[in-house]
Amino acid sequence: MPPIGEGAQFAGGKIASVSYEPSIATVGDYVALMKPRVMSLVVFTALVSLMIAPGQLHPMIGFTALLCIAVGAGAAGALNMWYDADIDALMKRTANRPIPRGRIAPGEAFAFGIVLAAFAVAVLGVLVSWLAAALLAFTIFFYVVVYTAWLKRLTPQNIVIGGAAGSLPPVIAWAAATGGISVEPSLLFLIIFFWTPPHFWALALVRVDDYARARLPMLPVVAGAEETRRQIVRYSVALVPIGAAPWFLGYAGAAYGATALIAGTLMVMFAWRVRRNRSGERAAHQLFAFSILYLFVLFAMLLIDARVIGM
Amino acid sequence: MDGKPQRIVLSEEQKRSRRARSIAIALALGALVILFYVVTLVKGPGVLNRPL
Repeated sequence: MPPIGEGAQFAGGKIASVSYEPSIATVGDYVALMKPRVMSLVVFTALVSLMIAPGQLHPMIGFTALLCIAVGAGAAGALNMWYDADIDALMKRTANRPIPRGRIAPGEAFAFGIVLAAFAVAVLGVLVSWLAAALLAFTIFFYVVVYTAWLKRLTPQNIVIGGAAGSLPPVIAWAAATGGISVEPSLLFLIIFFWTPPHFWALALVRVDDYARARLPMLPVVAGAEETRRQIVRYSVALVPIGAAPWFLGYAGAAYGATALIAGTLMVMFAWRVRRNRSGERAAHQLFAFSILYLFVLFAMLLIDARVIGM
Repeated sequence: MDGKPQRIVLSEEQKRSRRARSIAIALALGALVILFYVVTLVKGPGVLNRPL
């Protein structure tokens, strides 16, 4: 008899050719499949972009755009978990995800991701903007196909190039609000793009054994911790002027500029501590935590600058 | 073969999780209908006039 679900049984005789396991997945398992923590950062950066974009956007249209971007990000997360289920099972950090834990079958996760992606893109196109919808479709494609299926297992530059997917939500939101793309959302893209490597490599330094077990060519696994620390400092230093660029290019005020410079300097200091503190995981943990705060503070300050100070 | 219908009997846990999933899908579809309705009202006659 083929395997069937826990507790399930055939009422009639056996069905030799059918292998069907009734799902025990809860709604919470499907929520976990959408990587809610990643989704929250995506929603926040997109929200700020929507709020600082010029023109008057009806709140309902803005809400629809945000909802579609969030669902699109969730779809990309589900498809990423579907494709990476084999390596997720090997790493402590990801072994508890719904597929390796046996809560959701890979096929269910794939179908869920595809349906969500299709709905998110279609609804964004029909109700808000087809340019934004095209950008959302490209972002999902880039994250799932270019990053997850291609680069992640191929090169230590995986998260550098793949970071473009995580950097696009503010651009999608800007396109939803204005119907076009300009310098401002491109700067937001660059901030997240240059922020991603030090953020992820700080985590990779701590989880190097996990990545090595999964045979993922993350920078600390391939080039060693020393080179990773050097790269973290380089990207953190590059992030300082990029973070402050909206101010000195005239798109944000002095309050934002001062905040970006102070936060950028602190980011470099945390990165330098990682560089100097060769054996300490604590410094890497602190950089990882601060990098999240850095991005939050910069985007929050952009919003305050545009909506409170700039009014 | 004994001629009885061949089917799968779900456990209580499977029934509970299927019911929860069905409710979630119904709520999501209902929300989608409301979303389209409200956005159509908001956009008014310009509902077909979208920036590309």
